[in-house]
Amino acid sequence: MIDAAVIGVGQTKYDSKRRDVSVGGLVREAIDNAMKHANVDWDAIDAVILGKAPDMFEGIMMPELSLADAIGAVGKPVLRVHTAGSVGGSTSVIAATHVTSGNFDTVLTVTFEKQSESNATWALSPKYPYSPHINAGAGGYFAPYMREYIRRYNAPENIGWIVAAKDRQNALKNPYAHLQIPNIDEKMVADTPMLWEPLRYLESCPSSDGACALVISNEKLAKGRKAAWIKGMAVRSEGTLSAGRDEVNPQGGQDCASDIYKQAGILNPKDEIDCAEIYVPFSWYEPMWLENLHFCDLGEGWKLTENGTTALDGDLPINMSGGVLSSNPIGASGMIRFGEAALQVMHQANEYQVDGAKLAMGHAYGGASQFFAMWVVGNER
Amino acid sequence: MSEEKKDHFISPISLDYNYTAGAATTRFLKKVSEGKIVGQKCPKCTAVYVPPRGSCPRCGVATEEEVELVDKGSVESFTIVHIPIPGNPIVPPYVCAMIRLEGANISFLHLIQEIDLKDIRIGMRVEAVWKDKSEWDTTLENIKWFKPSGGDDIDPSEYRFKGPE
Repeated sequence: MIDAAVIGVGQTKYDSKRRDVSVGGLVREAIDNAMKHANVDWDAIDAVILGKAPDMFEGIMMPELSLADAIGAVGKPVLRVHTAGSVGGSTSVIAATHVTSGNFDTVLTVTFEKQSESNATWALSPKYPYSPHINAGAGGYFAPYMREYIRRYNAPENIGWIVAAKDRQNALKNPYAHLQIPNIDEKMVADTPMLWEPLRYLESCPSSDGACALVISNEKLAKGRKAAWIKGMAVRSEGTLSAGRDEVNPQGGQDCASDIYKQAGILNPKDEIDCAEIYVPFSWYEPMWLENLHFCDLGEGWKLTENGTTALDGDLPINMSGGVLSSNPIGASGMIRFGEAALQVMHQANEYQVDGAKLAMGHAYGGASQFFAMWVVGNER
Repeated sequence: MSEEKKDHFISPISLDYNYTAGAATTRFLKKVSEGKIVGQKCPKCTAVYVPPRGSCPRCGVATEEEVELVDKGSVESFTIVHIPIPGNPIVPPYVCAMIRLEGANISFLHLIQEIDLKDIRIGMRVEAVWKDKSEWDTTLENIKWFKPSGGDDIDPSEYRFKGPE
């Protein structure tokens, strides 16, 4: 049994430009909210774990050092995590393993991105030496895999529009969410311009400023409190340029999911897990990851999207908070999934609470789909 | 002087670095400068890597044996980019494709041209269009783009390398 639980979740308002705060102010906003939620003081914090995506996104090298004051890390052990877009997830897992190590009772962990400080599409589209300059941002990288998924399972093109509309409808219930698009529907998504075929403008995530923080503690502090107990957690990676890789259904993601289900004693994830926050930066990744995470058989993911299973009132709600499609401070996006899963089982997700949620999953992936991080949290020890 | 308050400004910064291609890529690029495409084969699982990185991530072993490949292959998948990418000189729309050379077990990204965009499909056979020999250098940019070469499409299930058995 894992002796670690989330006792505090803190987020910032996500927006395209949070010019009212510095990077330090942004992370502190999330931390203050998390510590207030956990009702703990700085004396209780034994270590601070910080995660974010490439330093190139803000042009600030090793920000965990210059942010030491803002994150309350002065005189405390501090660790930086970086696993590209999955970093918010792997940072959560690494913070939790600090607690389960027995060396730390309570750990504060924070992740952020302030995309307005630079331009992530530019940073992801460099000309590599000795190669033609054809990198076209994250959407350009992932679009061929979405196309292959559509081809492989003969999925109708409106599946992507359904996901994009559904997640933004959920976002309207979440005051932290960046995109708030009144009356968003499938047709509005379908009418937006094509960016990277088969992906349209509203099928793609925004660029956001924001931070997310968690307070994770062992039973000494968590017992008797409102807490999200970690039932299973894991990270996996796989060789990016390895022959035989299937980026539509990566082995690393399958193995990571199987591992956390085994830890949590889950035999049938679709029936036993009440809801999940999974990393869907581009619409088609909802059905792709439903299959990769063993929620259904191969080729069945798009049918779960189409028949409303993943809607807020469906049998397996996915991305109740609006997901990465509605708020994408890249480094924090994974931790937001992990924190939102915790809020669901703490029954504190307000307008987008899934009634009686007992088990919820948080998921993140990153890089060229070679990094995975996941956890399952429950309302009981 | 303007009384208007500015809460931000854009400051260009730059970072110079030296890039070392490494032994495997250096060998590959020297051959490319002669108009040849030479991959490397894993001694354990037999996968052929192009461009080679000097090792097989499947098996964790060095790849030494060189395999000369033809400049023909097919489209494992692709996207059509419709938006300008900051810093990128190519004018959209353009096709960014995963090119799988015949005999190779991984794909690399390159452009496809000399085709109507609506005709591009997964599995379509393509061949390299090289720049004039006088312009060749140690770069894959020696290939301007790939173009359709005709012939039957590849069955996409063949793209998945399953090992030597």
